[in-house]
Amino acid sequence: MEKPIRVLVAKPGLDGHDRGAKVIAQALRDAGMEVIYTGLRQTPEQIVQAAIQEDVEVVALSSLSGAHLHLFPPVVKGLRENNAQDILVLGGGVIPDEDIPPLKEAGIVEIFGPGTDTKNVIAYIKKAKGV
Amino acid sequence: MFDKNSIDELKEKKSAWQSKLNEQVKKRPERQKEFSTDSGINIEAVYTPAELSDTASLDLSLPGQFPYTRGVQPNMYRGRHWTMRQYAGFGSAEETNKRFRYLLDQGQTGLSVAFDLPTQIGFDSDHQLAMGEVGKVGVAIDSIMDMETLLDGIPLDKVSTSMTINSPAAVLLAMYIAVAEKQGVTPDKLNGTIQNDILKEYIARGTYIFPPDQSMRLITDIFGYCAKNISNWNTISISGYHIREAGSTAVQEVAFTLADGIAYVQAAIDSGLNVDDFAPRLSFFFNAHLNFLEEVAKFRAARRLWARIMKERFGAKSPKSLMLRFHTQTAGCTLTAQQPDVNIMRVAFQALSAVLGGTQSLHTNSRDEALALPNEDSVLIALRTQQVIGYEIGVADTVDPLGGSYMIESLTDQIEERAMKYIEKIDSVGGAPKAIEYMQKEIQKSAYQYQLDIESGAKTVIGVNKFTMATEKPKGLLKVDPAVGERQVARLAKMRAERDNAQVDAILGKLRKASGTNENLMPYFIEAVKNYATLGEICGVLREEFGEYRQQIVF
Repeated sequence: MEKPIRVLVAKPGLDGHDRGAKVIAQALRDAGMEVIYTGLRQTPEQIVQAAIQEDVEVVALSSLSGAHLHLFPPVVKGLRENNAQDILVLGGGVIPDEDIPPLKEAGIVEIFGPGTDTKNVIAYIKKAKGV
Repeated sequence: MFDKNSIDELKEKKSAWQSKLNEQVKKRPERQKEFSTDSGINIEAVYTPAELSDTASLDLSLPGQFPYTRGVQPNMYRGRHWTMRQYAGFGSAEETNKRFRYLLDQGQTGLSVAFDLPTQIGFDSDHQLAMGEVGKVGVAIDSIMDMETLLDGIPLDKVSTSMTINSPAAVLLAMYIAVAEKQGVTPDKLNGTIQNDILKEYIARGTYIFPPDQSMRLITDIFGYCAKNISNWNTISISGYHIREAGSTAVQEVAFTLADGIAYVQAAIDSGLNVDDFAPRLSFFFNAHLNFLEEVAKFRAARRLWARIMKERFGAKSPKSLMLRFHTQTAGCTLTAQQPDVNIMRVAFQALSAVLGGTQSLHTNSRDEALALPNEDSVLIALRTQQVIGYEIGVADTVDPLGGSYMIESLTDQIEERAMKYIEKIDSVGGAPKAIEYMQKEIQKSAYQYQLDIESGAKTVIGVNKFTMATEKPKGLLKVDPAVGERQVARLAKMRAERDNAQVDAILGKLRKASGTNENLMPYFIEAVKNYATLGEICGVLREEFGEYRQQIVF
C-alpha cells in the first residue's frame, strides 16, 4: 500500500472559526490522508515548526478574520527558509477575490472559498501529489 | 384540551388514514424517503390533536405566565416591537461611531458592538499577535479614549448597548460605565448587555483567555457588582448562537446553551449570591437557522425548559428569574457566497422564525456576509427586513400566533425532551465546564454530517448544489482600511506618553494584589480604566496572575 499523504491543517492568527478547518480535516482523513490539526491561535512560525516536525507534505491554512495577507505568506517564507519548500501550502476561508493573486504570488498554491466541496480539495491535493 | 374519547377516535382514524397513505406512497413515492428536521426529528405527513401531550394546556399556559412557552410578556409585540439591533463594528472607533449613528438614524433601536479579535482576546493593538487583525472583524478598543470616541454623541441613558465581549467583559463594562459617567449618566440609568459567556468560547467561539475557574470568578464578580450597581444591565448573554454556527443541531443548541446557563447559576450560588438577586439579569442569545418550523419550536422549547430548570432545580421564586429573555441573530453559516442576493430571502425567513418564537431583540444578517463585512446598502436591506416583519405583515399583532399548531406543539415537546436528555448527560459528567470536549465532539459530528448532506445533495443549498449559475461577485464590498492598524498603534503610543504612568502602575499593582483575594474586582477595573490603563495592560496583569487557558484539540 502507498504511504498516505500527511497534511497539517492549521489556524493562524486569533481567529476562532474552526468549523471549516475541522470539516476539511475530517474529510481529508476520510479520504485516507493522515491529518494533524494544530488547534487555534498559531503563529506562522509555530505552523512552520509543526509542519517540519510532523513531516507533512501539505499545509492547509484557514482564516476567516481577514488577516490572511499577514498570516499566510510568512508560512511559505518560513518553510522555504527551512529548506521545506516542497511542502504544498493551501489556503481557505473568507478571502476576497482581489487578495487571491498576491497570496498565489507569495506561494500559496490554491485558495478555497466558502461553499467549496471537500471533494474538490481532496482531488486537488491528490493530483498535486501525483496520487 | 380535547376529551379522551374524541382523541382515541382520532388516533384510530389517523392510523387508518396513514395505512392508506402508505399504500399510495408505495405506488407514487414522495419527494424524499424520510422527512426530518435538522435535529433528526421525524416529521409526519400531518399533525393532529392526537400528537399533543396530555398536559398540553399546562405546558402552554398563557403569555407572561409560567412556563412561558408562549412568551415572557403578556402582550409581547403589541406593547412594543423587539429591539432591532444590528451587530456592527470595524476599523477605528471613529468609523464605527459613524455606522452606529447611521443605523440609529435609520430607525434601529439598540446598539450592538463588534470588537476586533485583539480586543476580544485582551491584547492592545500594538501587541505582536495583533498584527494584521486590528480593526478587521470589529472595532479596536485599547483604552477608555477609544470607548469615548465609539460612543460620542450617543445618549447612553436612552440607547441600550450590547457588547459582544467575553473574557475581558469586566474591563469593557468598566469602560462603558466610566464613559457614561463622563456623559453625566449614572450606572443605574444604563441599559445593555455584555456577552460574558466564557463556556461557549471554550466550546465553539475561541476568544478565551483565562482558565475556567478564574473566568467563572470574573463572571460572578460581574453578577455581584451589577446586582448592586447597574440593576438594568444584562450581565451575561448565554449563547447558543456560536454553538449552532459551529455546526450543532437545534436540539444541541438548546441543550448546550442551557447546560452552560446551569453552570453559571450554580457558580453564582456557590459564590454566595442569592438566585433571585442575579437570575433576572441573565439573558440568552440564539441562532435563527433555516428549518423554519423547527426554529420556531426551538425558541419556545428553550423558554419552557429554562423556566422549569430555574424553578425546580434552583428554587427561584421571582418570575423574572424564570423568564428566558433572548436575542436572536440569523444564521451566518447559511449565507452563500454564490448568488448572494438570495441571502436576503434566507434572512427574512430566519428573522420571521425568531419573531414567531418570541425574541426580545434581533439582528438580521446582510446578504454580502459570506464575502466580507457588510456594506451600508446591505445593512439597510437587513434592517428594513425586520421593519417589514414588524410593521407590514401583521405577525406582531397577536402573541405566539403559531401556538396551538399541532405540528409546532409536537416539535416543541420533542425538542424540550431531547435537550433535557443531553443536559442529563452533561450533568452526569460533572456539568458544562467538565463537558467542553464532549460538546465539541457532538457539534463536530453534526457539522460534518451537515457538510456530507450538502455534498450528497440530501440537503439543498440553492446556488451551491442546486440551481447553480455563474454569477459575478458583487461590487462595492466593504474593505477595512489596511492603515487602521498603524493609526491605532500611533494613537495608543500617544495616549501612553500623555497619561500619568506612575499612577497607572500603582493601580495595576493594586489590581494584581486583589486578584489573589476573593474581593470583587469590578471597582479595580473601573479605577484602572478611568486612569487610562489599557485593556492589554489590565488583561496582562490577570494573565500573569490567573494563567491562560490551553485548548484541548478535539477532532
